[in-house]
Amino acid sequence: MNLDFSDEQKQLRDQVRRFLGENCPPSVVRNILEGEPDHDAGLYRGLAELGVLGAAIPEEYGGVGLGHLELCVVAEELGRVLAPVPVASSIYLTAECLMQAGSEEQKSEWLPRLAAGEAIGCFALNEGRGRMRAEKVSARFENGKLTGVKAPVADGAIADVAIVAAREAEGVTLCLVDLKADGVSREALESIDPTRAQTRLSFDGVPASRIGGAGDGWHIASQVMDRAAILIGFEQLGGADRALEMARDYALERMAFGRQIGSFQAIKHMLADMYVSATLARSNCYYGAWALATSAAELPVAAATARVSATTAFQHCAKNNIQTHGGMGFTWEYDCHLYYRRSNALALALGSLSTWESLLIERMSAGNVDAAA
Amino acid sequence: MDFQDTPEEAAFRADVRDWLDANAPKHLEPELKRASFGSSGLTSEDPIEAGKAWQKKKAEAGWACLHWPKEYGGGARSAMERVIWGQEEGPYAVLSGPFTIGHGMCGPTVMAWANEEWKERLLPPLASGEEIWCQLFSEPASGSDLAGLRTRAVKADDGSGDWIINGQKIWTSGAQNSDWGLLITRTDPDVPKHKGLTMFFLRMDSPGVKVVPIKQANGASGFNEVYFTDVRIPDDQRLGAVGEGWKVSLTTLMNERLSIGSGMSTGFPELFRFCMEAEVDDEPAVADSAVRSKLAQFAVKQSGLKYTGMRAISALSKGETPGPENSIGKLVAGATMQELAMFALDLQGESGVLWDEDSPQNGRFQSMLMRSPATRIEGGSDEILRNIIGERVLGLPGDIRVDKDVPFKDIPTSGRKK
Repeated sequence: MNLDFSDEQKQLRDQVRRFLGENCPPSVVRNILEGEPDHDAGLYRGLAELGVLGAAIPEEYGGVGLGHLELCVVAEELGRVLAPVPVASSIYLTAECLMQAGSEEQKSEWLPRLAAGEAIGCFALNEGRGRMRAEKVSARFENGKLTGVKAPVADGAIADVAIVAAREAEGVTLCLVDLKADGVSREALESIDPTRAQTRLSFDGVPASRIGGAGDGWHIASQVMDRAAILIGFEQLGGADRALEMARDYALERMAFGRQIGSFQAIKHMLADMYVSATLARSNCYYGAWALATSAAELPVAAATARVSATTAFQHCAKNNIQTHGGMGFTWEYDCHLYYRRSNALALALGSLSTWESLLIERMSAGNVDAAA
Repeated sequence: MDFQDTPEEAAFRADVRDWLDANAPKHLEPELKRASFGSSGLTSEDPIEAGKAWQKKKAEAGWACLHWPKEYGGGARSAMERVIWGQEEGPYAVLSGPFTIGHGMCGPTVMAWANEEWKERLLPPLASGEEIWCQLFSEPASGSDLAGLRTRAVKADDGSGDWIINGQKIWTSGAQNSDWGLLITRTDPDVPKHKGLTMFFLRMDSPGVKVVPIKQANGASGFNEVYFTDVRIPDDQRLGAVGEGWKVSLTTLMNERLSIGSGMSTGFPELFRFCMEAEVDDEPAVADSAVRSKLAQFAVKQSGLKYTGMRAISALSKGETPGPENSIGKLVAGATMQELAMFALDLQGESGVLWDEDSPQNGRFQSMLMRSPATRIEGGSDEILRNIIGERVLGLPGDIRVDKDVPFKDIPTSGRKK
């Protein structure tokens, strides 16, 4: 049994952590929070040059051809520093979807550019409020043209290409759209986490090509989101660990009533509980990583397990990080709110916590009772 | 990442399976699989006799106390082999319940602190199940604050060198079945509490030892009170120096948390099965979205513990020491089981209050509900475990101890103002 990353994968983690330590301090995240741009283009280029964007993309499509375990390692590090870059949209979702279901032509055209960071992709499923279901897709794909409105779309403002769920006679289909085409309009949306910008994308008769068969879109999207859920789970895990570290460091440093606040059981026990939820999430994410890397039959259950556990842990750690900091944790100046924002934004990405909780039990009950043991 | 055995592990697992297949008491398996909380579930045979028979069989074939050296009746196996044995022994491990404390805690303490003669006398019959041990640590006034214990050991005034014991222990599992006990006492009340303790072992049939079962809050009686009235213990049954009892006890307690925390049940598989069968508003319970949310949160705790265990096993398999993540086991399992039992009763509506043979799964959830408070206290309460995680894993400062440098006899014993 080996439910752990290899020495090489751990070296990659160290390398990415060093790179992000130098290139993505909190000031970089704040520039995006407080400034105009939607992402840090220099940081994104650096990640591309480091080869991490293409970690799981085969060499024939311009990737590095390592694998998904390496991508999990990278995701955790990106999550730790709240890297303001569109890796989830462009790599976990867009590149992954093309690798799963794209035609040879689609893959050849886009994967090398996505791996090199020369193009950015986004994944446009949502149409307004409420849980996303196939029945809610009202964008239309007719005669090779896409019409409809998608919101919110993460990284939609900076993307070059979008994968869009649209309806045609056979059902929901995924369409690949070049966002430089005429008939595309974009509108920035305000959100709780401006370091992961959200956009409304409108399409008015824009040329598009199908990914996979007509009517296969929801099925493909579900598979892609399962895989992305595990990778985002690792981002959440990195964020949870970092929030716990921040709280621990502050509990050691801050004095009250003549002693370090970390010596009070109220604080100590809160931190112990944060450690518990982060540890459960780590173990569940490792299970997800195994399922992702081996495309195991358990993948749908493992993805929902990792996702529910990681969402719970990051929200738990981020909110209690503020609590540990007391009033200082609620200032703009301290970084606690950056983690709080991200934890709550990621809790909704790809479908909310309650959606994934429901999926997990639905999938477990569709399998057999042994799945519970 | 993979869940495969190494070739050596696979070969060992095959040996274990072959032996179990030929030797395990298969006729007891259905009963053992129903094992409930705090009991073996065995009714067709006497649990102690069945346990002794199984332990003897294992010992004769070299499968007893796998982590102990061979000269003391153990199997001298690696930590990884011990894990594999545990996975394969499955429900039959319940039979060895009466020896858990002896093998996991008393034995290692004797091994670390007794002289060679005593080790040769005590350890082999403990390994083979001929003799049962209990641990006489907690007292009515000292639970989490174990070092506050009051049972006194005083040198006999007859020049024999013997010790005379007076006092009371509580929460002693299996005392009524035990041949030997590991006993921590206070020998010097004039020094601070940790410094005046001394460890002994004694025959449980020594004159002056009285075992009284405790009727627990759930109606069962798994624990005992043990009273000592002028009990005489020879000085050569002392473990460690006089006044070093605290240090000796740490050997025991380190082993306690390891053995209790491993592979603990949360009750989730049973709850999931129940929710597959039960109905809420004429629909299967698992189709209800509120039920799903609750179940999912329980599910990720169950699987989180399972894969945390596997991460520890992965470290062992590579010859490394597992990290601190295993310290979460009992903390998560105990609290989860309690919450989960309440939820299972909730789904039964007002009938959830009933605890009889018609209750789902023979009243298993009602049993869980009534037993789980103890799980959150025994072997280190939730609060002690959070202190351990906070201090040893996260590196937070220890509590300020107001009784640290105070002679034991001057420590206040009541919160009431005189």
